Amino acid sequence: MLRIPCPVCGVRDYTEFLYGGDASKRRPAHEASGLQTWHDYVFLFDNVKGAHREFWQHVVGCRQWLIVDRDTATNRVAGSRLARTETSAYEDRDR
Amino acid sequence: MTPARRYSAFSLGRHALLKRAWPRAWRSDKPKSSYDVVIIGGGGHGLATAYYLAANHGINNVAVLERAYIGSGNVGRNTTIVRSNYAINGNTQFFEYSLKLWEGLSEALNFNVMLSQRGQIVLGHSPLQIDVLARKGNTMRLNGIDAELLDRGQVMRLLPYLDYSTEARFPILGGLLQRRAGTARHDAVAWGYARAADSYGVDIIEQCEVTGLVIQNGRVSAVDTSRGRLSAGRVGLAVAGHSSHVAAMAGLRLPIESHLLQAFVSEPIKPFVDHVISYGAEFFYISQSDKGGLVFGGHIDGFNSYTQRGQFPKVQSVAESAVALMPSISRLRLLRHWAGIQDMTPDGSPFICRTPVRDLYLNGGWCYQGFKATPAAGWCFAHTIAHDEEHALNRCYNLERFERGQELDEDGVGNWTYKQ
Repeated sequence: MLRIPCPVCGVRDYTEFLYGGDASKRRPAHEASGLQTWHDYVFLFDNVKGAHREFWQHVVGCRQWLIVDRDTATNRVAGSRLARTETSAYEDRDR
Repeated sequence: MTPARRYSAFSLGRHALLKRAWPRAWRSDKPKSSYDVVIIGGGGHGLATAYYLAANHGINNVAVLERAYIGSGNVGRNTTIVRSNYAINGNTQFFEYSLKLWEGLSEALNFNVMLSQRGQIVLGHSPLQIDVLARKGNTMRLNGIDAELLDRGQVMRLLPYLDYSTEARFPILGGLLQRRAGTARHDAVAWGYARAADSYGVDIIEQCEVTGLVIQNGRVSAVDTSRGRLSAGRVGLAVAGHSSHVAAMAGLRLPIESHLLQAFVSEPIKPFVDHVISYGAEFFYISQSDKGGLVFGGHIDGFNSYTQRGQFPKVQSVAESAVALMPSISRLRLLRHWAGIQDMTPDGSPFICRTPVRDLYLNGGWCYQGFKATPAAGWCFAHTIAHDEEHALNRCYNLERFERGQELDEDGVGNWTYKQ
């Protein structure tokens, strides 16, 4: 069983969480035009075999969105933190 | 294939009388330094591609590179179902072509792939689902494919052991039957293609991991492996499960995410399930192997992974589906369960195409459909590599379909890898 450490609730089974996909993907700016930019964002995946930074939401716990470091080759989880700390940094950089 | 190596009743008798050891089904050679075509991936698709390159296109100077051993990947991990009940133009014709190749495969390969056309029934549990099945059946029949819409009474006569009681979680209102669908022995498919390709002079190289692709001026020229560098005129990727991983060696990003799909076998019981049954209310499909075990599977685990180890909660949800459909098997014990890595694509359909790198070709993105597609995928991929152009049957399976709005979304669930 994959177990995810939630910074608020402690270590829980992954079934308590909703998977949210690759957290290293950056959404293009809202006004960005160009088919290729949006195509690449929506349809292409790095799909790495190894260290992967990803979103999970603790839906039946604290309901917080987390960023989890998991190795996709072994499912070993290296750590996690609240996503809002990092996503706000993304938004700052976007501005 | 040379007559001396043909399997027949005569050669069986001769070997029995002379007590001579059977020769290896395929040679185990050192790789040469140069090939016209290198196929990466010795699964069903890679071996079939090599076979059709030699048999259909006269290209014999071919190597198939396999990281582990023949039959170790998804060709030996699937639930062995073959069928051609697809409703979208492109898919319908491709999978029917595949089923036709299946029907002549044992003879073509001189190897019994144990095709068993026992019929597959997709169950419908609501009036809407019956409408969808009727439409799918009509599409199939318009394409010359056999399909029969069954009402509840007909399903009850065919499959008397399902739950038809008022307590059933989802009532069974009918189903769509394809009598030509069924199962095939998956290992035999790998071995048969390997042996037949070998007889044409194709080198099958096991224990040979690809570590890099040499790209010069936008063109692939060689493959770096754990057993040295092989120069190659053309290179075909047939490594579904790891397509992104190998394509990244050529600097490509693909519309593919790797997910796990689990399969299960119960302890063996006497003949009970005579058909292949697909549950319409959940992702669940079941058949019985010749050894007597019930073989069944469910949906993907739900997050991308390359581990080949499934998660336990999926075992529970698949078992729940099994018992909801067939309460009589509730006390049956599981013998084994395992996981395979699937290339999941945003629209649930595969790729057999050229790539932005010249002389590099892709066969991948098979989601759950790789096994039944094996003969046609090999046939079309060989054509694509030999002619540097897609065949009419696989023209729709290109990498540009998303930017052109030409997705092949068979299930109509939208652009999500994990929903296909």
